[in-house]
Amino acid sequence: MADQSPGGIREINLTLPASQEDIASLKLGDAVYLNGLVFTGREGVYHRIFEKKVTPPMDISKLGGATFHCSPAICEVSPGVYNVPSVTATASFRFAKYMPDFLERFGIQIVIGKGGMMPDVYKKVFVPNGTVYLTTVGYGLGAIYGRGIRRVKDVVWKEELGLAQAIWVLEVENFGPFMVESNVLGESLFEQANQEINPKLMALYEGLPEPALKRLGEVNSPDIEVL
Amino acid sequence: MIQAEVILNAARELNIQAAIEVPKDVQSKIEKMEEKETNRLSRYVLGKILENYDAATQDRRPMCADTGLPRYYVKLGNDAVVEGGLVRLEKTLRQATADTTASIPLRPNRVHPFSRKDYNNNVGIHAPTVDYSLEPDADWVDLTVVHKGGLFGGDYRMLFPADGIPGLKRFFLDSIAEFLRRGMSCQPAVIGIGVGGTKDVCVRLAKEASCLRILGDRNPDPEIAALEEELIDLGNSAGFGPMGFPGNSAVLDVHIEAAYAHTGGMPVGIQQFCYAQRRKTVRIFGDNTTRYRQDPGWFTPYYRRDTIE
Repeated sequence: MADQSPGGIREINLTLPASQEDIASLKLGDAVYLNGLVFTGREGVYHRIFEKKVTPPMDISKLGGATFHCSPAICEVSPGVYNVPSVTATASFRFAKYMPDFLERFGIQIVIGKGGMMPDVYKKVFVPNGTVYLTTVGYGLGAIYGRGIRRVKDVVWKEELGLAQAIWVLEVENFGPFMVESNVLGESLFEQANQEINPKLMALYEGLPEPALKRLGEVNSPDIEVL
Repeated sequence: MIQAEVILNAARELNIQAAIEVPKDVQSKIEKMEEKETNRLSRYVLGKILENYDAATQDRRPMCADTGLPRYYVKLGNDAVVEGGLVRLEKTLRQATADTTASIPLRPNRVHPFSRKDYNNNVGIHAPTVDYSLEPDADWVDLTVVHKGGLFGGDYRMLFPADGIPGLKRFFLDSIAEFLRRGMSCQPAVIGIGVGGTKDVCVRLAKEASCLRILGDRNPDPEIAALEEELIDLGNSAGFGPMGFPGNSAVLDVHIEAAYAHTGGMPVGIQQFCYAQRRKTVRIFGDNTTRYRQDPGWFTPYYRRDTIE
Protein backbone atom coordinates (compact mmCIF):
# COMPACT_ATOMS: atom_id res chain seq x y z
CA MET A 1 0.00 0.00 0.00
CA ALA A 2 2.81 2.43 0.82
CA ASP A 3 5.61 3.49 -1.42
CA GLN A 4 8.42 5.97 -0.87
CA SER A 5 8.72 8.66 -3.55
CA PRO A 6 12.21 9.87 -4.56
CA GLY A 7 11.58 13.14 -2.68
CA GLY A 8 11.11 11.33 0.62
CA ILE A 9 7.31 11.62 0.63
CA ARG A 10 5.48 8.40 1.46
CA GLU A 11 2.87 7.61 -1.20
CA ILE A 12 -0.24 5.62 -0.25
CA ASN A 13 -2.85 4.00 -2.46
CA LEU A 14 -6.28 3.82 -0.79
CA THR A 15 -9.37 1.95 -1.94
CA LEU A 16 -12.62 3.61 -0.87
CA PRO A 17 -14.42 3.19 1.39
CA ALA A 18 -11.23 2.89 3.43
CA SER A 19 -10.95 0.60 6.44
CA GLN A 20 -10.47 2.14 9.87
CA GLU A 21 -6.99 0.62 9.93
CA ASP A 22 -6.11 2.31 6.63
CA ILE A 23 -7.35 5.68 7.90
CA ALA A 24 -5.48 5.27 11.18
CA SER A 25 -2.25 4.45 9.36
CA LEU A 26 -2.13 7.79 7.55
CA LYS A 27 0.69 10.04 8.72
CA LEU A 28 1.00 13.79 8.35
CA GLY A 29 2.63 14.60 5.02
CA ASP A 30 1.79 11.28 3.34
CA ALA A 31 0.67 11.63 -0.29
CA VAL A 32 -2.55 9.67 -0.85
CA TYR A 33 -4.07 8.38 -4.09
CA LEU A 34 -7.76 7.42 -4.01
CA ASN A 35 -9.73 4.71 -5.82
CA GLY A 36 -13.51 4.46 -5.70
CA LEU A 37 -16.14 7.16 -5.22
CA VAL A 38 -15.64 10.78 -4.17
CA PHE A 39 -18.49 13.27 -3.99
CA THR A 40 -18.18 17.04 -4.18
CA GLY A 41 -19.87 19.66 -2.01
CA ARG A 42 -19.35 23.31 -1.18
CA GLU A 43 -21.36 26.35 -0.01
CA GLY A 44 -24.40 25.67 -2.22
CA VAL A 45 -24.73 22.11 -0.95
CA TYR A 46 -24.24 22.98 2.73
CA HIS A 47 -26.63 25.91 2.47
CA ARG A 48 -29.30 23.71 0.92
CA ILE A 49 -28.93 20.87 3.42
CA PHE A 50 -28.39 22.84 6.64
CA GLU A 51 -29.96 26.28 6.10
CA LYS A 52 -32.84 25.36 3.81
CA LYS A 53 -33.23 21.90 5.42
CA VAL A 54 -33.60 20.08 2.11
CA THR A 55 -32.85 16.35 2.21
CA PRO A 56 -30.67 15.28 -0.75
CA PRO A 57 -32.60 13.08 -3.19
CA MET A 58 -29.80 10.49 -2.85
CA ASP A 59 -28.51 8.74 0.25
CA ILE A 60 -25.18 10.49 0.65
CA SER A 61 -24.19 8.26 3.54
CA LYS A 62 -23.99 5.35 1.05
CA LEU A 63 -21.36 7.05 -1.14
CA GLY A 64 -18.36 5.76 0.80
CA GLY A 65 -17.58 8.71 3.05
CA ALA A 66 -15.10 10.72 0.98
CA THR A 67 -16.16 14.29 0.28
CA PHE A 68 -14.32 16.95 -1.70
CA HIS A 69 -14.63 20.73 -1.23
CA CYS A 70 -14.45 21.62 -4.87
CA SER A 71 -16.18 21.95 -8.15
CA PRO A 72 -14.95 20.71 -11.48
CA ALA A 73 -14.40 22.32 -14.84
CA ILE A 74 -17.22 20.43 -16.50
CA CYS A 75 -19.39 20.40 -19.56
CA GLU A 76 -22.48 18.32 -20.38
CA VAL A 77 -21.53 17.01 -23.80
CA SER A 78 -24.91 15.31 -24.34
CA PRO A 79 -27.70 14.63 -21.82
CA GLY A 80 -26.09 12.79 -18.89
CA VAL A 81 -22.65 12.63 -20.52
CA TYR A 82 -19.99 14.89 -19.05
CA ASN A 83 -16.49 16.03 -19.91
CA VAL A 84 -14.52 16.68 -16.69
CA PRO A 85 -10.96 17.56 -17.70
CA SER A 86 -9.92 19.32 -14.53
CA VAL A 87 -10.82 19.65 -10.86
CA THR A 88 -9.35 21.76 -8.06
CA ALA A 89 -10.35 22.41 -4.47
CA THR A 90 -11.82 25.44 -2.77
CA ALA A 91 -10.77 26.71 0.68
CA SER A 92 -12.29 24.52 3.38
CA PHE A 93 -12.12 26.78 6.45
CA ARG A 94 -15.37 28.51 5.56
CA PHE A 95 -17.33 25.25 5.77
CA ALA A 96 -16.13 24.47 9.30
CA LYS A 97 -19.47 25.41 10.87
CA TYR A 98 -21.28 22.67 8.92
CA MET A 99 -18.77 19.93 9.71
CA PRO A 100 -20.22 18.70 13.05
CA ASP A 101 -23.57 17.79 11.49
CA PHE A 102 -22.18 16.84 8.12
CA LEU A 103 -19.53 14.36 9.31
CA GLU A 104 -21.83 12.61 11.73
CA ARG A 105 -24.99 12.50 9.61
CA PHE A 106 -23.30 11.18 6.48
CA GLY A 107 -20.52 9.06 8.00
CA ILE A 108 -17.66 11.04 6.46
CA GLN A 109 -14.20 9.44 6.82
CA ILE A 110 -12.21 11.70 4.54
CA VAL A 111 -12.59 15.42 3.86
CA ILE A 112 -10.57 16.67 0.90
CA GLY A 113 -10.09 20.35 0.21
CA LYS A 114 -7.81 23.36 0.20
CA GLY A 115 -5.90 24.65 3.19
CA GLY A 116 -7.37 22.53 5.95
CA MET A 117 -9.31 23.64 9.01
CA MET A 118 -8.30 25.43 12.18
CA PRO A 119 -6.77 23.10 14.83
CA ASP A 120 -9.74 23.18 17.21
CA VAL A 121 -12.07 21.97 14.44
CA TYR A 122 -9.99 18.82 14.09
CA LYS A 123 -9.88 18.22 17.84
CA LYS A 124 -13.55 18.89 18.49
CA VAL A 125 -15.20 17.62 15.32
CA PHE A 126 -12.92 15.45 13.20
CA VAL A 127 -11.34 13.28 15.91
CA PRO A 128 -14.65 12.13 17.50
CA ASN A 129 -15.85 11.06 14.04
CA GLY A 130 -12.58 9.33 13.12
CA THR A 131 -12.29 11.68 10.16
CA VAL A 132 -9.04 12.78 8.50
CA TYR A 133 -8.38 15.80 6.31
CA LEU A 134 -6.51 15.48 3.02
CA THR A 135 -5.39 18.65 1.31
CA THR A 136 -4.99 18.96 -2.41
CA VAL A 137 -1.36 19.59 -3.38
CA GLY A 138 -0.34 23.04 -4.61
CA TYR A 139 -4.05 23.70 -5.24
CA GLY A 140 -3.76 24.36 -8.96
CA LEU A 141 -3.10 20.77 -10.05
CA GLY A 142 -6.33 20.66 -12.05
CA ALA A 143 -4.98 18.64 -14.94
CA ILE A 144 -3.32 15.97 -12.76
CA TYR A 145 -6.49 15.49 -10.74
CA GLY A 146 -8.56 15.47 -13.93
CA ARG A 147 -6.57 12.46 -15.10
CA GLY A 148 -7.80 10.50 -12.08
CA ILE A 149 -11.50 10.95 -12.84
CA ARG A 150 -12.90 7.91 -14.67
CA ARG A 151 -16.45 9.19 -15.04
CA VAL A 152 -19.30 11.11 -13.50
CA LYS A 153 -21.44 8.49 -11.77
CA ASP A 154 -24.18 10.85 -10.71
CA VAL A 155 -25.07 14.47 -10.13
CA VAL A 156 -27.46 15.97 -7.58
CA TRP A 157 -29.10 19.42 -7.69
CA LYS A 158 -27.53 20.37 -11.02
CA GLU A 159 -30.50 22.56 -11.96
CA GLU A 160 -31.00 24.00 -8.47
CA LEU A 161 -27.35 24.88 -7.78
CA GLY A 162 -25.68 25.11 -11.20
CA LEU A 163 -22.66 23.21 -12.52
CA ALA A 164 -20.18 24.78 -10.07
CA GLN A 165 -22.17 24.01 -6.92
CA ALA A 166 -23.94 20.70 -7.62
CA ILE A 167 -22.98 17.45 -5.88
CA TRP A 168 -20.89 15.52 -8.39
CA VAL A 169 -20.39 11.85 -7.63
CA LEU A 170 -17.09 10.97 -9.29
CA GLU A 171 -15.68 7.53 -9.97
CA VAL A 172 -11.94 7.92 -9.48
CA GLU A 173 -8.82 5.83 -10.03
CA ASN A 174 -5.33 6.69 -8.85
CA PHE A 175 -6.83 10.10 -7.99
CA GLY A 176 -4.25 12.28 -6.30
CA PRO A 177 -1.88 13.15 -4.79
CA PHE A 178 -3.66 14.45 -1.70
CA MET A 179 -1.53 15.21 1.33
CA VAL A 180 -2.48 14.18 4.86
CA GLU A 181 -3.00 17.50 6.65
CA SER A 182 -4.80 16.08 9.70
CA ASN A 183 -4.61 12.50 10.97
CA VAL A 184 -6.92 10.56 13.29
CA LEU A 185 -5.28 12.27 16.29
CA GLY A 186 -6.26 15.69 14.94
CA GLU A 187 -2.66 16.81 14.45
CA SER A 188 -2.16 19.34 11.68
CA LEU A 189 0.63 19.70 9.13
CA PHE A 190 -0.24 23.37 8.52
CA GLU A 191 -0.17 24.10 12.23
CA GLN A 192 3.31 22.57 12.43
CA ALA A 193 4.39 24.67 9.43
CA ASN A 194 3.10 27.86 11.08
CA GLN A 195 4.98 27.11 14.27
CA GLU A 196 8.19 26.58 12.33
CA ILE A 197 7.80 29.71 10.19
CA ASN A 198 6.62 32.24 12.78
CA PRO A 199 9.97 33.08 14.43
CA LYS A 200 11.60 33.76 11.06
CA LEU A 201 8.65 35.83 9.88
CA MET A 202 8.39 37.89 13.06
CA ALA A 203 12.10 38.78 12.90
CA LEU A 204 11.49 40.57 9.59
CA TYR A 205 9.11 43.00 11.30
CA GLU A 206 11.86 44.49 13.40
CA GLY A 207 12.01 48.26 12.83
CA LEU A 208 8.81 48.42 10.78
CA PRO A 209 6.25 50.63 12.55
CA GLU A 210 2.54 49.88 12.77
CA PRO A 211 0.45 51.86 10.27
CA ALA A 212 -0.73 55.33 11.34
CA LEU A 213 -4.33 54.39 10.54
CA LYS A 214 -5.80 51.27 12.17
CA ARG A 215 -8.81 49.24 11.05
CA LEU A 216 -11.46 47.61 13.21
CA GLY A 217 -12.09 43.91 13.32
CA GLU A 218 -8.61 42.69 12.41
CA VAL A 219 -6.03 40.51 14.10
CA ASN A 220 -3.19 42.63 15.45
CA SER A 221 -0.18 40.35 15.19
CA PRO A 222 1.29 38.72 12.09
CA ASP A 223 1.75 35.37 13.84
CA ILE A 224 -2.02 34.99 14.32
CA GLU A 225 -3.94 33.45 11.44
CA VAL A 226 -6.67 35.56 9.83
CA LEU A 227 -9.04 32.60 9.31
CA MET B 1 -11.25 47.73 -40.51
CA ILE B 2 -10.76 45.00 -37.92
CA GLN B 3 -13.48 42.41 -38.46
CA ALA B 4 -15.65 41.17 -35.60
CA GLU B 5 -15.13 37.58 -36.70
CA VAL B 6 -11.36 37.94 -36.43
CA ILE B 7 -11.79 39.31 -32.91
CA LEU B 8 -14.14 36.46 -31.97
CA ASN B 9 -11.73 33.77 -33.19
CA ALA B 10 -8.76 35.45 -31.54
CA ALA B 11 -10.58 35.87 -28.22
CA ARG B 12 -11.62 32.20 -28.23
CA GLU B 13 -8.05 31.12 -28.97
CA LEU B 14 -6.72 33.37 -26.19
CA ASN B 15 -9.03 31.80 -23.62
CA ILE B 16 -7.98 28.31 -24.70
CA GLN B 17 -4.24 29.03 -24.64
CA ALA B 18 -4.47 30.95 -21.35
CA ALA B 19 -6.37 28.14 -19.63
CA ILE B 20 -4.10 25.32 -20.80
CA GLU B 21 -0.55 26.56 -21.52
CA VAL B 22 1.42 28.16 -18.72
CA PRO B 23 3.64 31.04 -19.88
CA LYS B 24 7.26 29.96 -20.37
CA ASP B 25 8.62 32.64 -18.02
CA VAL B 26 6.56 31.20 -15.16
CA GLN B 27 7.43 27.58 -15.89
CA SER B 28 11.18 28.25 -15.98
CA LYS B 29 11.02 30.27 -12.76
CA ILE B 30 9.23 27.40 -10.98
CA GLU B 31 11.88 25.00 -12.35
CA LYS B 32 14.62 27.16 -10.83
CA MET B 33 12.76 27.35 -7.52
CA GLU B 34 12.42 23.57 -7.42
CA GLU B 35 16.17 23.15 -7.94
CA LYS B 36 16.97 25.54 -5.08
CA GLU B 37 14.24 24.61 -2.58
CA THR B 38 15.59 22.50 0.28
CA ASN B 39 12.42 21.81 2.27
CA ARG B 40 11.10 18.31 1.53
CA LEU B 41 7.40 19.24 1.42
CA SER B 42 7.84 22.47 -0.54
CA ARG B 43 10.08 20.75 -3.06
CA TYR B 44 7.51 17.98 -3.55
CA VAL B 45 4.78 20.54 -4.24
CA LEU B 46 6.92 22.44 -6.74
CA GLY B 47 7.62 19.17 -8.57
CA LYS B 48 3.89 18.44 -8.78
CA ILE B 49 3.20 21.96 -10.07
CA LEU B 50 5.64 21.32 -12.92
CA GLU B 51 4.09 17.92 -13.63
CA ASN B 52 0.69 19.60 -13.79
CA TYR B 53 1.86 22.16 -16.37
CA ASP B 54 2.96 19.24 -18.56
CA ALA B 55 -0.24 17.26 -18.00
CA ALA B 56 -2.36 20.26 -18.98
CA THR B 57 -0.43 20.87 -22.19
CA GLN B 58 -0.21 17.18 -23.16
CA ASP B 59 -3.91 16.44 -22.57
CA ARG B 60 -5.24 19.90 -23.48
CA ARG B 61 -6.87 20.25 -20.04
CA PRO B 62 -7.23 23.47 -18.04
CA MET B 63 -4.20 23.65 -15.71
CA CYS B 64 -6.53 24.70 -12.87
CA ALA B 65 -10.23 24.01 -12.55
CA ASP B 66 -10.85 27.28 -10.74
CA THR B 67 -11.50 29.46 -13.74
CA GLY B 68 -11.28 32.44 -11.45
CA LEU B 69 -12.96 35.51 -12.86
CA PRO B 70 -12.21 35.51 -16.59
CA ARG B 71 -11.52 39.01 -17.87
CA TYR B 72 -10.12 41.01 -20.75
CA TYR B 73 -7.68 43.87 -21.04
CA VAL B 74 -8.06 45.74 -24.32
CA LYS B 75 -5.49 48.22 -25.57
CA LEU B 76 -6.96 50.26 -28.40
CA GLY B 77 -4.70 51.85 -30.97
CA ASN B 78 -5.88 55.42 -31.54
CA ASP B 79 -6.26 54.72 -35.27
CA ALA B 80 -7.90 51.30 -34.93
CA VAL B 81 -11.31 50.89 -36.52
CA VAL B 82 -13.39 48.01 -35.25
CA GLU B 83 -16.36 46.55 -37.13
CA GLY B 84 -19.54 47.52 -35.31
CA GLY B 85 -17.61 49.77 -32.92
CA LEU B 86 -16.72 49.11 -29.32
CA VAL B 87 -20.21 47.88 -28.43
CA ARG B 88 -19.77 45.06 -30.94
CA LEU B 89 -16.28 44.42 -29.56
CA GLU B 90 -17.65 43.96 -26.05
CA LYS B 91 -20.42 41.67 -27.26
CA THR B 92 -17.81 39.61 -29.12
CA LEU B 93 -15.66 39.24 -26.01
CA ARG B 94 -18.67 38.15 -23.94
CA GLN B 95 -19.55 35.65 -26.66
CA ALA B 96 -16.00 34.24 -26.64
CA THR B 97 -16.12 33.74 -22.87
CA ALA B 98 -19.44 31.88 -23.10
CA ASP B 99 -18.24 29.78 -26.07
CA THR B 100 -14.98 28.69 -24.47
CA THR B 101 -16.58 28.04 -21.08
CA ALA B 102 -18.43 25.23 -22.87
CA SER B 103 -15.73 24.16 -25.31
CA ILE B 104 -12.59 23.91 -23.13
CA PRO B 105 -14.55 23.49 -20.75
CA LEU B 106 -14.04 26.06 -18.01
CA ARG B 107 -15.81 25.96 -14.68
CA PRO B 108 -18.75 28.35 -14.80
CA ASN B 109 -17.73 30.49 -11.86
CA ARG B 110 -19.79 33.62 -12.24
CA VAL B 111 -22.97 33.87 -10.20
CA HIS B 112 -25.31 36.66 -9.15
CA PRO B 113 -23.95 37.87 -5.78
CA PHE B 114 -27.33 37.74 -4.04
CA SER B 115 -29.40 35.03 -5.73
CA ARG B 116 -26.25 32.99 -6.60
CA LYS B 117 -27.89 32.32 -9.99
CA ASP B 118 -25.39 30.81 -12.43
CA TYR B 119 -25.95 31.04 -16.19
CA ASN B 120 -23.23 28.37 -16.52
CA ASN B 121 -21.31 30.47 -19.05
CA ASN B 122 -19.22 32.94 -16.99
CA VAL B 123 -21.30 35.82 -18.35
CA GLY B 124 -23.42 38.18 -16.26
CA ILE B 125 -23.49 41.67 -14.80
CA HIS B 126 -19.95 43.13 -15.22
CA ALA B 127 -18.81 39.65 -16.23
CA PRO B 128 -16.49 39.20 -17.97
CA THR B 129 -14.82 42.41 -16.88
CA VAL B 130 -13.35 44.42 -19.76
CA ASP B 131 -10.74 47.10 -19.07
CA TYR B 132 -9.39 49.49 -21.67
CA SER B 133 -6.30 51.56 -22.30
CA LEU B 134 -5.20 53.58 -25.31
CA GLU B 135 -2.09 53.74 -27.47
CA PRO B 136 -1.22 56.59 -29.86
CA ASP B 137 -0.10 56.12 -33.48
CA ALA B 138 -1.37 52.54 -33.78
CA ASP B 139 -4.05 50.85 -35.89
CA TRP B 140 -4.05 47.62 -33.90
CA VAL B 141 -6.00 46.27 -30.95
CA ASP B 142 -4.22 44.26 -28.25
CA LEU B 143 -6.39 41.73 -26.46
CA THR B 144 -5.21 40.09 -23.25
CA VAL B 145 -7.21 37.46 -21.43
CA VAL B 146 -6.58 36.70 -17.75
CA HIS B 147 -8.11 33.89 -15.68
CA LYS B 148 -7.23 34.70 -12.09
CA GLY B 149 -8.81 33.52 -8.87
CA GLY B 150 -10.42 36.10 -6.71
CA LEU B 151 -10.93 34.97 -3.12
CA PHE B 152 -7.54 35.46 -1.45
CA GLY B 153 -4.40 37.53 -1.82
CA GLY B 154 -5.87 41.00 -2.33
CA ASP B 155 -5.76 43.81 0.20
CA TYR B 156 -5.83 47.60 0.52
CA ARG B 157 -4.40 49.97 3.09
CA MET B 158 -4.56 53.76 3.36
CA LEU B 159 -1.00 54.69 4.19
CA PHE B 160 0.27 58.22 4.65
CA PRO B 161 3.58 59.87 3.72
CA ALA B 162 4.61 59.46 7.37
CA ASP B 163 4.19 55.66 7.00
CA GLY B 164 6.46 55.83 3.95
CA ILE B 165 8.47 52.91 2.61
CA PRO B 166 8.69 51.17 6.04
CA GLY B 167 4.88 51.26 6.16
CA LEU B 168 4.70 49.80 2.68
CA LYS B 169 7.12 47.01 3.64
CA ARG B 170 5.05 46.23 6.71
CA PHE B 171 1.88 46.05 4.62
CA PHE B 172 3.70 43.77 2.17
CA LEU B 173 4.76 41.45 5.00
CA ASP B 174 1.26 41.57 6.48
CA SER B 175 -0.24 40.46 3.17
CA ILE B 176 2.24 37.56 3.12
CA ALA B 177 1.45 36.59 6.71
CA GLU B 178 -2.28 36.76 5.91
CA PHE B 179 -2.44 34.89 2.66
CA LEU B 180 0.62 32.62 2.35
CA ARG B 181 -0.26 30.51 5.38
CA ARG B 182 -1.80 27.23 4.19
CA GLY B 183 -1.10 28.51 0.68
CA MET B 184 -4.32 30.46 0.43
CA SER B 185 -2.77 32.57 -2.35
CA CYS B 186 -1.76 29.43 -4.26
CA GLN B 187 1.85 30.63 -4.21
CA PRO B 188 4.47 30.86 -5.61
CA ALA B 189 2.76 34.04 -6.74
CA VAL B 190 3.46 37.29 -8.48
CA ILE B 191 2.75 40.12 -6.08
CA GLY B 192 1.45 43.29 -7.72
CA ILE B 193 1.48 46.53 -5.76
CA GLY B 194 -0.29 49.73 -6.75
CA VAL B 195 0.84 52.84 -4.90
CA GLY B 196 -0.94 56.19 -5.06
CA GLY B 197 -4.02 57.37 -6.93
CA THR B 198 -7.34 56.76 -5.21
CA LYS B 199 -8.45 53.60 -3.45
CA ASP B 200 -9.91 52.11 -6.61
CA VAL B 201 -6.95 53.15 -8.78
CA CYS B 202 -4.25 51.65 -6.56
CA VAL B 203 -6.20 48.38 -6.31
CA ARG B 204 -6.69 48.33 -10.09
CA LEU B 205 -2.99 49.02 -10.69
CA ALA B 206 -2.03 46.27 -8.25
CA LYS B 207 -4.17 43.82 -10.22
CA GLU B 208 -2.68 44.94 -13.52
CA ALA B 209 0.86 44.80 -12.07
CA SER B 210 0.31 41.21 -10.92
CA CYS B 211 -1.24 40.00 -14.18
CA LEU B 212 0.13 42.10 -17.02
CA ARG B 213 3.92 42.16 -16.63
CA ILE B 214 6.17 39.19 -17.40
CA LEU B 215 8.56 37.84 -14.79
CA GLY B 216 11.81 39.73 -14.50
CA ASP B 217 10.33 42.93 -15.89
CA ARG B 218 11.37 45.95 -13.78
CA ASN B 219 9.62 49.30 -13.43
CA PRO B 220 11.47 51.91 -15.54
CA ASP B 221 11.82 54.16 -12.47
CA PRO B 222 15.12 52.99 -10.89
CA GLU B 223 13.93 53.75 -7.37
CA ILE B 224 10.78 51.65 -7.84
CA ALA B 225 12.77 48.91 -9.59
CA ALA B 226 15.14 48.70 -6.60
CA LEU B 227 12.17 48.42 -4.24
CA GLU B 228 10.72 45.62 -6.38
CA GLU B 229 13.93 43.65 -6.01
CA GLU B 230 14.14 44.34 -2.30
CA LEU B 231 10.59 43.08 -1.78
CA ILE B 232 11.24 39.90 -3.80
CA ASP B 233 14.06 39.07 -1.37
CA LEU B 234 11.97 40.09 1.64
CA GLY B 235 9.04 37.94 0.49
CA ASN B 236 11.23 34.90 -0.09
CA SER B 237 12.92 35.37 3.30
CA ALA B 238 9.67 35.17 5.26
CA GLY B 239 9.93 31.40 5.56
CA PHE B 240 7.06 30.32 3.30
CA GLY B 241 7.09 27.85 0.47
CA PRO B 242 4.12 26.65 -1.58
CA MET B 243 1.03 25.69 0.49
CA GLY B 244 2.49 27.61 3.43
CA PHE B 245 5.01 24.86 4.12
CA PRO B 246 8.41 26.02 5.36
CA GLY B 247 10.60 27.12 2.49
CA ASN B 248 11.87 30.02 0.45
CA SER B 249 9.81 29.64 -2.73
CA ALA B 250 6.88 32.00 -2.32
CA VAL B 251 7.34 35.04 -4.55
CA LEU B 252 7.79 34.67 -8.31
CA ASP B 253 8.18 38.41 -8.75
CA VAL B 254 7.08 41.77 -7.35
CA HIS B 255 5.72 44.39 -9.71
CA ILE B 256 5.03 47.90 -8.46
CA GLU B 257 3.07 50.60 -10.28
CA ALA B 258 2.68 54.22 -9.23
CA ALA B 259 -0.10 56.78 -9.67
CA TYR B 260 0.01 60.37 -8.53
CA ALA B 261 -1.57 60.51 -5.10
CA HIS B 262 -3.37 63.01 -2.89
CA THR B 263 -0.71 65.25 -1.37
CA GLY B 264 -1.55 63.90 2.08
CA GLY B 265 -1.92 60.23 1.17
CA MET B 266 -0.15 57.09 0.00
CA PRO B 267 -2.86 54.48 -0.60
CA VAL B 268 -1.58 51.00 -1.43
CA GLY B 269 -3.26 48.02 -3.07
CA ILE B 270 -1.76 44.53 -3.15
CA GLN B 271 -2.77 41.63 -5.38
CA GLN B 272 -1.24 38.18 -5.60
CA PHE B 273 -1.49 36.16 -8.82
CA CYS B 274 -0.99 32.40 -8.33
CA TYR B 275 1.43 30.07 -10.12
CA ALA B 276 -1.36 29.01 -12.50
CA GLN B 277 -0.67 32.20 -14.45
CA ARG B 278 -3.37 32.09 -17.03
CA ARG B 279 -2.72 35.02 -19.34
CA LYS B 280 -2.27 35.38 -23.09
CA THR B 281 -2.14 38.30 -25.49
CA VAL B 282 -2.83 38.78 -29.17
CA ARG B 283 -2.32 41.82 -31.39
CA ILE B 284 -4.90 42.22 -34.14
CA PHE B 285 -3.55 44.54 -36.81
CA GLY B 286 -5.57 46.84 -39.06
CA ASP B 287 -5.18 44.33 -41.93
CA ASN B 288 -6.77 41.60 -39.75
CA THR B 289 -3.57 39.63 -39.27
CA THR B 290 -2.88 38.41 -35.74
CA ARG B 291 0.23 37.84 -33.65
CA TYR B 292 0.05 35.93 -30.35
CA ARG B 293 2.56 36.61 -27.60
CA GLN B 294 3.33 36.00 -23.93
CA ASP B 295 4.10 39.57 -22.87
CA PRO B 296 0.87 41.55 -22.37
CA GLY B 297 2.79 44.78 -23.05
CA TRP B 298 0.17 46.67 -21.07
CA PHE B 299 2.44 49.16 -19.31
CA THR B 300 3.63 51.22 -22.26
CA PRO B 301 5.46 54.54 -21.81
CA TYR B 302 2.23 56.23 -22.92
CA TYR B 303 0.20 54.41 -20.26
CA ARG B 304 2.66 55.54 -17.58
CA ARG B 305 3.03 59.11 -18.90
CA ASP B 306 3.30 61.93 -16.36
CA THR B 307 2.90 64.90 -18.70
CA ILE B 308 -0.04 66.58 -20.46
CA GLU B 309 0.82 64.92 -23.77
